[in-house]
Amino acid sequence: MSSEEGNAMKTAKTVMDADGIERSLTRIASEILEENKGVQDLVIIGIQKGGVSLAKRIAQKISKSEKSAVPFGILDITLYRDDILTSNKKPKLGITDISFSLDNKKIILVDDVLFTGRTIRAAMDALMDFGRPKLIRLAVLIDRGHRELPIRADFVGKNLPSSLWEEVAVHLTESDGVDEVIIEEG
Amino acid sequence: MKLSKKDILGIKELSQDEIHLILDTAESFLEVSTRKIKKVPTLRGKTVINFFVEASTRTRTSFEIAGKRLSADTVNISASTSSLVKGETLTDTAKTLEAMNPDIIVIRHSAAGAPHMLARLVRQSIINAGDGAHEHPTQALLDMMTIRMEKGTLRGLNVAIIGDIAHSRVARSNILGLTMMGANVTVCGPAMMIPRDVVKLSVRVSYHMEQAVKDADIIMMLRIQLERQNDNFFPSDREYARYYCLNSNNIRLAKPDVLVMHPGPINRGIEIAPDIADGAQSLILKQVTNGVAVRMALLYLLAGGEE
Amino acid sequence: MKLLLTGGRVIDPSRNIDEKLDLLIENGFIARCDRNSVASADISQDTQTLDLTDMIIVPGLVDMHTHLREPGHEYKETILTGSEAAVTGGFTSIACMPNTKPVNDNRSVTEFILKQAAIADMARVYPVAAISRNSEGTLLTEFGDLHEAGAVAYSDDGLPVMNSRLMRSALEYAHSLAVPVISHCEDLNLSKGGHMNEGIISTELGLTGIPSVAEDVMVERDIALAAFTNTSVHIAHVSTAGSVEAIRRAKDKGVRVTAETAPHYFTLTDEFLRSFSTNAKMYPPLRSHEDTAAIKQGLRDGTIDAIASDHAPHSSIEKDVEFMFAASGIIGMETSLAICLKLVDEGILSLSQLIEKMTTAPAAILNIAGGTLAAGSVADVTVIDPRRKWTIDVSRFRSKSRNSPYNGWQVKGKTILTIVGGVIKYRDI
Repeated sequence: MSSEEGNAMKTAKTVMDADGIERSLTRIASEILEENKGVQDLVIIGIQKGGVSLAKRIAQKISKSEKSAVPFGILDITLYRDDILTSNKKPKLGITDISFSLDNKKIILVDDVLFTGRTIRAAMDALMDFGRPKLIRLAVLIDRGHRELPIRADFVGKNLPSSLWEEVAVHLTESDGVDEVIIEEG
Repeated sequence: MKLSKKDILGIKELSQDEIHLILDTAESFLEVSTRKIKKVPTLRGKTVINFFVEASTRTRTSFEIAGKRLSADTVNISASTSSLVKGETLTDTAKTLEAMNPDIIVIRHSAAGAPHMLARLVRQSIINAGDGAHEHPTQALLDMMTIRMEKGTLRGLNVAIIGDIAHSRVARSNILGLTMMGANVTVCGPAMMIPRDVVKLSVRVSYHMEQAVKDADIIMMLRIQLERQNDNFFPSDREYARYYCLNSNNIRLAKPDVLVMHPGPINRGIEIAPDIADGAQSLILKQVTNGVAVRMALLYLLAGGEE
Repeated sequence: MKLLLTGGRVIDPSRNIDEKLDLLIENGFIARCDRNSVASADISQDTQTLDLTDMIIVPGLVDMHTHLREPGHEYKETILTGSEAAVTGGFTSIACMPNTKPVNDNRSVTEFILKQAAIADMARVYPVAAISRNSEGTLLTEFGDLHEAGAVAYSDDGLPVMNSRLMRSALEYAHSLAVPVISHCEDLNLSKGGHMNEGIISTELGLTGIPSVAEDVMVERDIALAAFTNTSVHIAHVSTAGSVEAIRRAKDKGVRVTAETAPHYFTLTDEFLRSFSTNAKMYPPLRSHEDTAAIKQGLRDGTIDAIASDHAPHSSIEKDVEFMFAASGIIGMETSLAICLKLVDEGILSLSQLIEKMTTAPAAILNIAGGTLAAGSVADVTVIDPRRKWTIDVSRFRSKSRNSPYNGWQVKGKTILTIVGGVIKYRDI
């Protein structure tokens, strides 16, 4: 990196640290259990890539407190994106792994950041191809606003008002070696 | 990641990185075919024409299913051609197809180079589904995908390709692909079926089955066309089967975990013994399953907007 | 009517001349072309004088192997368009092969060709008659009658004479009439189903190959027949190292064999087929680098006597199709000279040696007028600008067809004047 770039480097600000993330997830897990009144018919689905580790942690917290395993699945929404054909550049396909039926299940869909809502629209369409769930709830670590579709989250770790030109990045130990949420000027 | 090309004409035109990209994408697509609703909306509104100027059931069906699982509109056009009696020329057909504004044209043709000609004539993406004895890139890709999934890698594997190398597009595309990916390829068949100078493609040549399959990780059998005996490419099906049929005796010379492949349709008892074709070492049906995924991957990677 | 060409470098291989000389043409014949400069007494009021300083003056070029497609396939070429293409390329005499429709296997077709050539009034056109009736390889044509009608040679070109007994009869009978036999050497069983040279490229492309031995074995056969019958034979379009070697050996032993090759057999190889270009498809096929090297060596040491274009016009109907279904052959009369001049640039041949192979030698083999600038000869003269650079553009060809693999090539050396019987037929000065 040249010194010019170093000087011009975006200013990054930590808006959530490891403890904050841990507390949010614990709260979300208990809110889910409270609303659902237990683990009956509950399944947790994480959206590739950012939602997968979060979903896994939430599932573990629920399983631990209820002493009963909650089914956990991974969903890649690439094939459902609404911008897939507008560019020749193709996003790398991720793995989808939902090895159980979704019929009449109560799905908790988990993602890291809720922004325009387009990813969640794609995810809901994808889930419908796996079966007919009883309901879908959305859990996100960060809601940064700027919705383009009529979608809202049911469980939110932190509401983070942001500008469009800012970038919100969720770093997790599983992929990045550290738990933190940072906001940087784009 | 993206493919650097408009068309998939042959393995010859692909790089190692592009092959890995295609195989990785195909592996992700395998899951779609296991869903209750085996369809994703990705290519909604795209039109794929399967233009088959040579009879084919399995490849055409595979492409058709691949297109449909991606929500593309697939249209099958069959035509027959011969050097003597021809209807419309390929040039005229190409212009007609182009005017209908499809997005991708899949072509199978008995004449080597016909997909290349089509690619020069029309602006749409062309996928070669087999041209004469030249190339069959989607078959080689699905074969490489199958091997990679079973063995974890292609590099360093001993692959024996047995049969009519001279007339086989499957052999050509696999030789090009497997050698590029670092496998050690041996081709084997009656001397009349080993094409001239084939060693220049970095393969070992053997005329003896026992020699060719020795220590093989993969044995790839080719379909023999029985009418070739009329042109003295082999004396009889009896003699062919005696020396080049994969059976429970000669397969013992290969590695204990050897796997057997065949592009199908198979001539039971001539190029492959029934117990081998149906046995635990056979990957024949996995090849078919993977074929749909590879073709989905190619349609996905080729279809797209203008940048 | 006199025409005086002054200031040019005259190359006349028939007399071993290569120097700056004046050339005077009178009444359709060469009046003077020697070291005694043209006296003012020789020049009259109607003498047209052309200053050709820096230009090369040679005997009119002779293309001993062309296909003019008339009668029968006039949409590909006619005798008029073919002979216009000839003079554009510097050829004053061309021999045309008999594979027309109907085949030139009888006097009426030969006479028709000569009549059309007279009407066209461009190059001299010499019909080659078929060896066998309808070129079917079974029954001899009427050699004597055909020769009297104007045929200068016999050949079943395009269709080799597979029957060795028939070939023997053709060689013996033609020899008795002092007319050459031109042999297209190809063993049809070995070449069956083939589309290109057999080798690594055909293996890669999955196209059935035509092995070089398909040519070699027939060259060997024809040499053996000529030797046994004490006759002569001319081998057409030599394409293989094996043929060159066989012909060289035969000549050393005194067998009367002559041979021609075509420009594409020493400038292009089967590598060109990788694009599946139908303009690289011809019989015999483009061969390997080893073969082109052997052809060049054969030209240099005199094993190969002549260069002919094998001008074979085809329309888009035959060529804009799948490679396997495309007709074989390329046109060449308008590119031959420029392509052949590369041999001089590469140091393979001297300019004089090249000109000999493009005029004096083929004229001698066919026993026709031309090939010399000696006084008293017919005034067939070609003038070449050796420095003129130009780009081959098939859309500007006089030929009706466009099937040339050389389209777009940058070349050096061009015909600027073609004189047939003292009359200027082509001029680009």
